[in-house]
Amino acid sequence: MIENIRLSFQGIWSHKMRSFLTMLGIIIGIASIITIVSTIKGTNEQIKQNLIGSGNNVVRLQLYQYDSPYEISYMGVPEGIPLITEETKQEVLELDHVQSASIYNYRNEYNESLYYRNNNLSGAQVFGVESDYFDVTGFTLKKGRNFIESDYTQFRPVMLIDETVAKALFSGEDPIGKTVEFKSTPFIVIGIVEESQKFTPVINSEEDYYTYMSMNQSSGKIFVPNSCWPDIYIFDEPQALAVKAANTEAMAAISKDAATILNRNNTNTQNSSDMGIAETKEASPESESNTIAYKAGDMLQRAKELQDLNNSANQQLIWIASISLLVGGIGVMNIMLVSVTERTREIGLKKAIGAKKKRILWQFLTEAAVLTSLGGIFGVAAGILLSTIMSSVNNVPPSISVPSIFLAVAFSMVIGIVFGLIPSIKASNLNPIDALRHE
Amino acid sequence: MSILELKNIYKTYRQGKLEVPVLKDISLNVEEGDYCAIMGPSGSGKTTLMNIIGCLDLPSSGEYYLGGQDVLANNDAKLSDLRLNSIGFVFQSFHLLSRQSALENVVLPLLYAGVSKKERLEIGRKALERVGLGDRTNFKPTQLSGGQCQRVAIARAMVNSPKILLADEPTGALDTASGDQIMEIFHQLNEEGVTIIMITHEQEIADHAHKTFHIRDGQFLVPAADNLANEDISTATNDAITENVYSYSYVEHEFDSAGDFIPKESEAVNNESE
Repeated sequence: MIENIRLSFQGIWSHKMRSFLTMLGIIIGIASIITIVSTIKGTNEQIKQNLIGSGNNVVRLQLYQYDSPYEISYMGVPEGIPLITEETKQEVLELDHVQSASIYNYRNEYNESLYYRNNNLSGAQVFGVESDYFDVTGFTLKKGRNFIESDYTQFRPVMLIDETVAKALFSGEDPIGKTVEFKSTPFIVIGIVEESQKFTPVINSEEDYYTYMSMNQSSGKIFVPNSCWPDIYIFDEPQALAVKAANTEAMAAISKDAATILNRNNTNTQNSSDMGIAETKEASPESESNTIAYKAGDMLQRAKELQDLNNSANQQLIWIASISLLVGGIGVMNIMLVSVTERTREIGLKKAIGAKKKRILWQFLTEAAVLTSLGGIFGVAAGILLSTIMSSVNNVPPSISVPSIFLAVAFSMVIGIVFGLIPSIKASNLNPIDALRHE
Repeated sequence: MSILELKNIYKTYRQGKLEVPVLKDISLNVEEGDYCAIMGPSGSGKTTLMNIIGCLDLPSSGEYYLGGQDVLANNDAKLSDLRLNSIGFVFQSFHLLSRQSALENVVLPLLYAGVSKKERLEIGRKALERVGLGDRTNFKPTQLSGGQCQRVAIARAMVNSPKILLADEPTGALDTASGDQIMEIFHQLNEEGVTIIMITHEQEIADHAHKTFHIRDGQFLVPAADNLANEDISTATNDAITENVYSYSYVEHEFDSAGDFIPKESEAVNNESE
């Protein structure tokens, strides 16, 4: 066998140009498959990083009705939902791997709600927060000041905005100290915050997910002290809790345990007669008895949905690349047939001096397999190079899996064996007399 | 004991609908240690006979025993083994692998016999030394002269120590000096007990052999039955002369004191008749 491999290399080396051209089909096929796979994986990785908060490790517990985030309507607060108090927050803080937690209110504004002079902002995410919210969720103050103790005790109408809002509303003007109108209430802008991220995530929460899905960019965020919340929205509303986990792995456990704590006094069994869909849903046996309950958005699930979308789109490409492998394989078969004809005398001699059919068969199979495996190895190298370039151009993290490399080389070897089979059988069946006489 | 025994061998090739008989009722008995030459013009069927003896081709009918073993009962793999272990081949055009060194060419049969690499190289070197090419082990066939190539081929043929050496026009492509060297090696091998069967159309080369068989139109020129049955072949030949004008062509050669070949009386008759 080793002798066969050595002979194969000798044969390939003695026909460098021809061997290379034969390999080219395999090289291109393998390279494109490696590139496509790594692009898919890279995109998936990016989606995951985007969705999971990319190293900020923040779990957000908020109200869900079944699987969708519950949005408080004009109908008012649903019955039986306990508010999150300092005590429950303390309990959550005692869970393993919890670093910090902050209670906040949250609403989505879909209509024009924020005005400054003639400018207005339609659509915004409104947060009523404690002063430590920014530390917990990974925001940094870019300009101005954070909320301070007296903002809360004196119920000051102050506001922090993010870069998106600043751009949309102030168009270059310095927003600090300006008065804006929000829901018919004047607020003074005291600073600009921005999210600190490791991987520039687009999506940090369930709300972001839907925003991302609809317009592919983050909408503006505005923050007010939660002491001001009743001024705007009248009710004491059930809030959300942002919990910072020590590491990404702990996030799932924390989501579950914190939700249990928050839901302990949840007595909501509301049928939500205003929502038709709930009726049918309630009949199904649900493990959770509450229709509306605190829950952490399952970002992994969301990530998977996006990844599936990405996969199905790109898997078509793999099939196309496979065609080039097929063409490459046929090229190998062609060259092997030529090679068998060329070496008829050699085959005849070998048979005459005692080589068995099997040995001739193996010699040619090995040669085909070595040829395509070499092509596979070159293809992997080209694929790695190409996907590195692709990922730097597309700004997707490079992601080349080692098993896929081995798989690619093994697969190209199989191609060699499959397409080398016919020429090898032809070689092994040559009649030694005719073969010796062949000129 | 005869090492090689052919009985009533027929070989017919099909060319489309036409059946072309190539060998007709060939019987041959070769004793261990014999040195035979098979002579005949081209188209006489001598190469076909050689292929059958070399287990490269199978006869249409007849019997063939090699070292007492029934060759025709063997399958393809067994025939390969026979070729590997019992027979060494030397061809007119050498048939060396041009991309491999002399040594690699020589050790090829050892590779098929499953000998370890270290042993292979050792045996191969010795075999090359025996044919006087110990200093050419790493030369490619293209860097060797014709005579040297043929010596490499002989080394290859003998490397598995077969009992029989089959040579098809071994000197056909060589000049006289190289041819003589080859004949010298054949002589030595024969002395060591190797049975040699050689095909040639040169009388000079055939003269090196102890026995010569003449083949024409697929038949030996001596009735096959006599060839097999008579212990005293020369007597048989003499008897045959009276019956068949061709039958004297199986002869034991005689040499005069100077070593020159003395044509037999019968051969002179033959020449006249042609």
